[in-house]
Amino acid sequence: MSKNQLDGAQALIKTLDDLGIEYIFGYSGGAAIPIFDALVTVKTNIKFVLARHEQGCCHMADGYARATGKPAVVLVTSGPGAGNTITGIMTAQMDSVPMIIICGQQVTWMLGKDAFQEADIFGITIPVVKHNYLVKETDSIPRVIREAHHIATTGRPGPVLVDVPKDISSADFNGDMDPELDLPGYKPETSYTVDSDKIDEALQLIHKAQRPLVLAGHGIMISGADAELMELAETLRCPVTSTLLGKGVFPEEHELALGMLGMHGTAYANKAVCDCDLLINIGSRFDDRIIGQADKFCKDAKIIHIDIDPSEMNKMVCPDIEIVGDAKTTLTEINKRISGLDTEPWLNKIEGWKKKYPLSYRKQGGLRMQQVIDELYQVAGGDAIVSTDVGQHQMWAAQFYKTNASWKWLSSGGAGTMGFGFPAAIGAAFACPDQTVISISGDGGFQMTLFELATAALHKLPVKIVVLNNHYLGMVRQWQELFFDDRESGVDLEGNPDFCKLAAAYGIPSFNIKRPADVRRQLEKAFEITDGPVLIHAECVKTDNVFPMIPAGAALEDMLTEPPKGKLAKPTGST
Amino acid sequence: MSIVTTDNPPESITGTPQAPPVHTLSVFVNNKAGVLMRICQVFARRGYNIDSLVVSHGRDEHFSRMTIGISGDPAGLEQIILQVTKLIDVIHCIEHTSSDSVTKELLLVKFIVAKKDRTEALQIIDHYGGKTIDLTPTSMIAMLNGDTTKIDAALTMFSQFEVIETVRTGKVVMARGELAT
Repeated sequence: MSKNQLDGAQALIKTLDDLGIEYIFGYSGGAAIPIFDALVTVKTNIKFVLARHEQGCCHMADGYARATGKPAVVLVTSGPGAGNTITGIMTAQMDSVPMIIICGQQVTWMLGKDAFQEADIFGITIPVVKHNYLVKETDSIPRVIREAHHIATTGRPGPVLVDVPKDISSADFNGDMDPELDLPGYKPETSYTVDSDKIDEALQLIHKAQRPLVLAGHGIMISGADAELMELAETLRCPVTSTLLGKGVFPEEHELALGMLGMHGTAYANKAVCDCDLLINIGSRFDDRIIGQADKFCKDAKIIHIDIDPSEMNKMVCPDIEIVGDAKTTLTEINKRISGLDTEPWLNKIEGWKKKYPLSYRKQGGLRMQQVIDELYQVAGGDAIVSTDVGQHQMWAAQFYKTNASWKWLSSGGAGTMGFGFPAAIGAAFACPDQTVISISGDGGFQMTLFELATAALHKLPVKIVVLNNHYLGMVRQWQELFFDDRESGVDLEGNPDFCKLAAAYGIPSFNIKRPADVRRQLEKAFEITDGPVLIHAECVKTDNVFPMIPAGAALEDMLTEPPKGKLAKPTGST
Repeated sequence: MSIVTTDNPPESITGTPQAPPVHTLSVFVNNKAGVLMRICQVFARRGYNIDSLVVSHGRDEHFSRMTIGISGDPAGLEQIILQVTKLIDVIHCIEHTSSDSVTKELLLVKFIVAKKDRTEALQIIDHYGGKTIDLTPTSMIAMLNGDTTKIDAALTMFSQFEVIETVRTGKVVMARGELAT
């Protein structure tokens, strides 16, 4: 073997480096040893991070991508290693996050024979990936990796998994390092030409509208259309509400911003959706959390739906005008020919709702999560990167932590994956070392991935790890209180550890907040620590509820803005 | 690429009004392992049943042609076609109707037939334009092709004999005129 002879694994790592991959989050194992070896033998600019669990690897790569728009790579071994990535892959797929997952695999002649640590990860992951590969020829590795990167990052982004058997990664590589891609069925470039007739039709509706509303989704962020959205909104004087994942595409402190809509969105955003005469949905997939009862959603309004993914059209809501295309391309075309509207009466009406139904919380009767989040926002500002977990704290964070720019809000929306927030914050901290990164979790979700405290401590990542502890799985408890006669079942997290002592075990300093009056002082002290992680533990009231709330499957006009007086019927909609 | 919507009334496999509507899709795909799994998964997840499936490689062996007969709610079909089209390995997916395409399937039927009934059996086979491809003193295998209605009708006629087994290929479809399938 000549000195320059690469093996498959080395060709793989070299290809990742050529593609500009900056981070690999991984966990080693037998079938992946050749690939891990190549990390040592090939000189690259890639940095490798050893997480403490494969799910952690995925969420870190996810957080990296949500904070930068660029993909990171997950590298794990076969069988259980690959299996542990599934929740993380699904989380990325549901939220259109680019990710490349590389799994070691048993040798090809043992596949299908129940060999040690063999799992058909190709078959298992088909429903949760944008695309996947089982590599069968060493010489095809650069093409497969380049295709995986191309698929993951173009069109509607998503995770792509590449399963690499050990004999394939170990064999000599004699192929082309920069081959042509072979993807005859994948043409994302078509999204960048938009049908001008559709633009004409959209403009006609827009110029007729008296009460227009923009629904801004994650697609705007992915497309980089923030400035175009701002131009559209300011020219039309049109209010903008955003989805959970769209937080930041339009500055939430802007006078035209209504915050998040949907199940726990602001009352004024939901009222605006009910009362608008034109809804312009840009880059959102009309998730069931935002439309409630589909046949009552915006039933008197015209709807324009702009999405890069043709299969999102007519899936949940049938729009009057469908525009399949890239958000930035489409908005640029619309903005060229747009003229201002007189929306003052409409904006005044919304202003009335903002005054009547402001987001608020009580500062008496114990420490509330909302207060901690609100003061976090005041301390850190709207440009910090905020990663949340899933549950009550997530909704309060969406309500009270105003996000002023894209790539600053990291939250598992579609999948609703508990355990996501903290490792995602770690990924973001690697991606953006100069920015403030805050991880906000509840006591439930934090315990699902708290083993990554080791990763944060080892790399001295200055993540502000906020644990809002109510000793409950609060969102489920809220549903049980409201819809199941307050019968608590499987929600009491008795036996929680002392989170500050836990942090100390990893050498991480911590601050404990017990009283509303302590919040600001403790946060400010915690934010003075910038040479590594710090844990902020807040002992919160046990039984608080998130409002406004639209029970699942109910119409937006049936929103509850305060605790109901009587008993509620069980929700008819999705979970 | 054109996508035919479900505006056209669906065919019915048995002709009875209660039968679930059957749609014929032609899916042109990369000839790679696992592509069928990806497509089946889209249908299964949305509650569509695959009634017939014919897969073979195309004129260019890098591609395969699938003709899929599915039954299920016509309302969601257009969206499902888009989901299938979205798969990276799918080049195109088109729904065909009887007016814009021809469909054929092949039937093999094996039945017990004694010497006294053999002439009648041969007459039936001849009537449907079929052939005898295996003959023993006590049994025969007939082969015939045609659209689904014709195959169903022929099977009704063969049922007067003791049918041992039948094998149907499932339908293959081709667009009429110069249109692509």
